[in-house]
Amino acid sequence: MSGMGAAASIEARPRRRSVFQARRIVPWLLPAATLIIWQIGAETGWITMRTLPPPLSILTAAISLSKTGELERQVLISCQRAALGFLIGGGLGFGLGLLNGLSRPAELTLDTSLQMLRNVPHLAIIPMVILWFGIGESAKLFLVALGVFFPIYLNTFHGVRMVEKSLIEMGRIYHLGSWAMFWRVILPGAMPSILIGVRYGLGITWLTLIVAETISSSSGIGYMTMNAREFLETDVVLLGVLIYALLGKLADMATRWLEHRLLAWHHNFQSGAEA
Amino acid sequence: MHGFDTFAFQPPDSGQSERKGGGGPSVAISGSGTHLTLRSVSKGFGGRTVLKPLDLAIEAGSFVSIVGRSGGGKSTMLRLISGLTAPDTGAILHNGEALAGIAPRTTMMFQDARLLPWQRVLSNVGIARGPGWEQRSLEALRAVGLDDRAREWPAVLSGGQKQRVALARALVARPHLLLLDEPLGALDALTRGEMQRLIERLWLGQGFTAILVTHDVAEAVALSDRVLLLQDGTIALDLTIDLPRPRRRTASEVIGLESKILDLLLT
Ligand SMILES: Nc1ncnc2c1ncn2[C@@H]1O[C@H](COP(=O)(O)OP(=O)(O)O)[C@@H](O)[C@H]1O
Ligand SMILES: [Mg+2]
Repeated sequence: MSGMGAAASIEARPRRRSVFQARRIVPWLLPAATLIIWQIGAETGWITMRTLPPPLSILTAAISLSKTGELERQVLISCQRAALGFLIGGGLGFGLGLLNGLSRPAELTLDTSLQMLRNVPHLAIIPMVILWFGIGESAKLFLVALGVFFPIYLNTFHGVRMVEKSLIEMGRIYHLGSWAMFWRVILPGAMPSILIGVRYGLGITWLTLIVAETISSSSGIGYMTMNAREFLETDVVLLGVLIYALLGKLADMATRWLEHRLLAWHHNFQSGAEA
Repeated sequence: MHGFDTFAFQPPDSGQSERKGGGGPSVAISGSGTHLTLRSVSKGFGGRTVLKPLDLAIEAGSFVSIVGRSGGGKSTMLRLISGLTAPDTGAILHNGEALAGIAPRTTMMFQDARLLPWQRVLSNVGIARGPGWEQRSLEALRAVGLDDRAREWPAVLSGGQKQRVALARALVARPHLLLLDEPLGALDALTRGEMQRLIERLWLGQGFTAILVTHDVAEAVALSDRVLLLQDGTIALDLTIDLPRPRRRTASEVIGLESKILDLLLT
């Protein structure tokens, strides 16, 4: 019985490896085919340049823009705005989330007001923001920060409140001071929820930045695409879209890495629970 | 923090085991157990009395069990003694000093192990940190037979192993009082037996005062110097168990005392 099982598993091994390789290749077949058809369609005149420039011309646009350093400059500006806006909004959201999560009086004073503000869609106040700040840097930072604030605030607050009371009680028995209680019990307990907030916040960061840079800006990727639109440079417009997508993907990968680092116990916790 | 000598390993049949119940602290290990006094301590929740004013003295180094119906206030009593909850009236004295806040040199085990899932086993045992905590925690883990699991996440341990880690954590700081709130309630019979012997052995070796809440009357009789029956908010029975250790569950005296308590519990 067990001998048969062993023989079967030996036989299955090479097949499993080829299945594994197929799994890596198959998902890329459709995108690759699309790119090829797209390129051919453009070259035969089936798709006009104005509707959708072919992949190769987007690549050419990228190369020529980066020769002058223009591309790098605009990408850098957008990234700086994203990072700074995220840090300001995320930092405030995290801080207030902790404060209200840990202190009932603070929650009583602040939470209701924050919940009311939450219901205002932050992109709806763009006209107000332009009136307040003009179209300078602060307007875009303000919008990004505002957008990022709420997911991080809410998830931090929720995370702190959801930490198991029994663990806090255990910490009290062992005479943990407030600092040790915070670092060893409350913050790690709230971390899964906080990281969900971070992930939402990053998504909102890019979305807000795209809108804000497109509507009013004199630099950044959004400006670059709006500028190109005026000159009918569809390839540059498409390049901007692709860069936004790429940056969003990079931010998502960074969060995943962070989750992997900070929540190693959590994955284990879950797989342990399933077993 | 506190000085720490190596973990005492006392096989149940060593010289220490001649120590019998009811006699209070034996000479060799006096001074490392808390003497506990409750003076007309009472507690209620929302106008409903859970514990009527009760007086109680527990000898330093003794092993006392509390049995009684579910909801009878056993956990409440342990929480009062630990300082997690404040009494409505009366005073709780550890070695003659009235309690203010969390009790000193007192640790507690619950029915759930309450390990931090985000810390490795070793860091869980050494939760209170302090100088040399890693070494001390490893020794405590060795005493419960789990030193080879020090680097693991708690999630991969079985229920019984988790409780052993919780026991190591409770003992690493050399408590003078160990409170046990049905710590073996969720374990299977075999693991329970092992844990009972382990707790008895460590208690014999270290000389702390132990108060065990249990719904298992046989467990109470097998382990304790004294069994208290908590009923209707008062101590309905205070029974000294003066039998030599180690006790066999099947010994006629043990069974006799067990049925005596059960009779009272069921009427
Ligand atoms: N924090 C609390 N708030 C309100 N009622 C409580 C609280 N703790 C315990 N009680 C009540 O006190 C009674 C005794 O509870 P407990 O001490 O847990 O009993 P036992 O441990 O003997 O089962 C129960 O009726 C329980 O509902
Ligand atoms: Mg209880």
